[in-house]
Amino acid sequence: MKLLYFASLRQKIGMPEEDVTLPENVRDVGDLIDWLIARGEGYEAAFENRNIIRAAIDQEHATLDAPLGKAAEVAFFPPVTGG
Amino acid sequence: MIRVQTADFNINDEIAALTKDRRDIGAVVTFSGLVRDVTLTLEHYPGMTERELGKIEAEARERWDLQSCLIIHRVGTLEPGDNIVLVVTASAHRKDAFEAAEFLMDYLKTRAPFWKREGETWVEAKASDDNAAERWK
Repeated sequence: MKLLYFASLRQKIGMPEEDVTLPENVRDVGDLIDWLIARGEGYEAAFENRNIIRAAIDQEHATLDAPLGKAAEVAFFPPVTGG
Repeated sequence: MIRVQTADFNINDEIAALTKDRRDIGAVVTFSGLVRDVTLTLEHYPGMTERELGKIEAEARERWDLQSCLIIHRVGTLEPGDNIVLVVTASAHRKDAFEAAEFLMDYLKTRAPFWKREGETWVEAKASDDNAAERWK
């Protein structure tokens, strides 16, 4: 699964994207965040406040309890600020 | 129609292109967003950006009677006074064009995956933008 990070999250994690293989018990976006946080300080800092984390599964906005299913791509980012 | 680009746009040229040879457009409304006093850098999520803008446009066309619709959003580094975004809506009568333009901006500001940086500081999303989007639900 490809993971993408944008804006301040990318800066805290230190990379724009990575490919991961997830264990079976990672079922939804929340599980994925928990799994990432356990991987290191950058992730911990990035996901510290879940209120301001947004996610997209295969380029569709997703809530933090959305199931991952067979997603090819999951992105994490702060609330959007375009326009 | 959706364009995400680094290049600048010319509002007059865009309106001219949109209305050329049309006899069914009675009203054209434009909104343009500009950079105020700090250099801005805009990043986006290629792929999802176009997709979300396409969805927002489709919803506007479903809710209002529009003859034509254009959203241009720039990315990259922009200086004070530069254009950031253009929304053009065209309809037979003005009510649809005005309302759709406002809707498009309110939804763009809460759904389209762009992020602004002023120098090294990331701009924070505003509750007022979420509230503005809420009223269209």
